[in-house]
Amino acid sequence: MERSHIKQEINMTESLMNRINELISHYPEGKQKSALLPVLHEVQDAHDNWLSIELQNKVAEILNILPIEVYEVVTFYTMFNQRPIGKYMFEFCQTSPCCQNGVEDLMDYTCSKLGVKVGEPTADGQFEVRGVECLGACGYAPMMQLGDFYQEHLTKEKIDQLIADCNDGKITLHDK
Amino acid sequence: MGRKILLDKINVPGIKTYEVYRREGGYASVEKALKKMTPDEVVEEVKTSGLRGRGGAGFPAGMKWSFIDKKSGNPRHLVCNADESEPGTFKDRYLMEYIPHLLIEGMITSSYALGANLSYIYIRGEYMWVYKILEKAIAEAKAAGWLGKNILGSGYDLDLYVQIGGGAYICGEETALIESLEGNRGNPRLKPPFPAVKGLWQNPTVVNNVETISTVPWIINNSGADYAGIGIGRSTGTKLISASGNIKNQGVYEIELGLSVYEFMNSDEYCGGMQTDRPLKALVPGGSSVPILPANLIYKTAAGEDRLMSYESLSDGGFATGSMLGSGGFIVYDDRACIVRNTWNFARFYHHESCGQCTPCREGTGWLEKVLWRIENGQGREEDIELLWSIQSKIEGNTICPLGDAASWPVAAAIRHFKDEFEYHIRFPEKVKNRDHFVAEPFEKVKHLVSKQEI
Repeated sequence: MERSHIKQEINMTESLMNRINELISHYPEGKQKSALLPVLHEVQDAHDNWLSIELQNKVAEILNILPIEVYEVVTFYTMFNQRPIGKYMFEFCQTSPCCQNGVEDLMDYTCSKLGVKVGEPTADGQFEVRGVECLGACGYAPMMQLGDFYQEHLTKEKIDQLIADCNDGKITLHDK
Repeated sequence: MGRKILLDKINVPGIKTYEVYRREGGYASVEKALKKMTPDEVVEEVKTSGLRGRGGAGFPAGMKWSFIDKKSGNPRHLVCNADESEPGTFKDRYLMEYIPHLLIEGMITSSYALGANLSYIYIRGEYMWVYKILEKAIAEAKAAGWLGKNILGSGYDLDLYVQIGGGAYICGEETALIESLEGNRGNPRLKPPFPAVKGLWQNPTVVNNVETISTVPWIINNSGADYAGIGIGRSTGTKLISASGNIKNQGVYEIELGLSVYEFMNSDEYCGGMQTDRPLKALVPGGSSVPILPANLIYKTAAGEDRLMSYESLSDGGFATGSMLGSGGFIVYDDRACIVRNTWNFARFYHHESCGQCTPCREGTGWLEKVLWRIENGQGREEDIELLWSIQSKIEGNTICPLGDAASWPVAAAIRHFKDEFEYHIRFPEKVKNRDHFVAEPFEKVKHLVSKQEI
């Protein structure tokens, strides 16, 4: 889906800039590019979980690197989103041990409950379902990632509850 | 009860916090090393211990440390590989989440041994909440004087930070990890030069797994010889095993190396046997990249000896009849599992995670995934099995990093041990239409059909 026309409001708040400067201080003088991945996470979390080209250019400016250096990183790593995504992104692990414990059926269930296909947000932009590769929770399968946290030992009942909790605003996505 | 070195304190209430960790004897190895030992003496203890890299390769840790370049005079770094992403593996997360100071203590003692004054823990992006736990623990350790300038008045300085990744399995490969730590795409580097000579920012660098570094405090507090006394042969000490799949008690266990696979699988102290009454079909003992073992090669080696949880015993018989201990990602399959589907699942993983640098891996992993998918969906051809074999053999050994091998081995092993299951999919496409095809009718019940069929 072509989304490049969607404008993103850039808001580099003081607390965000303080955190960015703290991250840069973790590396030696002149090695500020090393802070790129952590900085992208912080900036994305503060901007509805996606990174427009304009926002990526802003990051390049802050780190004093070329915009292409940011683009090549954003396109390589799966956690950086180049388009607006559902506010509550249900990222199901679909690697072997989770499949052994029924994740495929749970994904089907979740999609039909929300009335969506994998990778397409709901019309109101509230939910999206994605299949991702191993999240390192094989012993607690089936599971998914929701924001910064894992939801493990999932069942249909737990999915129902999670959707209800999201609708009621009870779910925290990022721990800031 | 097996010996516990890493997990003995994990259930102490409040062990996540500095106060409790310290009260329980934490940071003693830093005191001992900085006050009573030279860096070389610390390296010698680790060498004596026989500790092998716990990330999967099993390379002796002390030897890796001794390769670090001290002649150039460039700053040295220790980098902890916490990019745990090998399917089936979730042990490092357990350590970092529940006893974070153990890793930090290990980082300080190990950095001292290497003469590193600036060290990092690189953690996978999805472990965001664990990243926050480590940041908090580092701040606590710093406030208590274990990090910073002139630690314990010894004259030794160390800064330690956590760096978060962005979701890429390849960054678990040490040179890709270094690239990522420099703010680049995770493309592995050509070796040599090895990181011990030119690593992070071209400085001498050692990259070690979380479990490896977390073991160092015990070795220093006791002795390398004491550690070498645990385990069996060259598989010294204890190992964390992440157990998952169709077993009763899934989770992380610390075992003394040399425990029998039978006991690990069936004892109530560990896996507790199968989840249901279904029979055991296959085992991936060391993470998705190691060869899968069929039921008849799990408890006994081809030579008829007991199969043990050790580097040597799990690889006994080579790839023909053995596997590897790897990262300790122990995935158990019962008779409902479809080996073709599972092999496709792993191939999809490696295709997704290939960095794209080397043609055999970038293209070959995609071919493996597509050919396996058509077999699994009843569109396979007789010649596809040969084709899969040929593709995997052309990836293996022809890439910069081991991801190519990791993608090839599971396919080769599945064909080696479960060829008739592939043939069944190709010859009876109607029977494999449903993705749960072996749930109602396990392969064992229909396998006689394969041999009757004329090609």
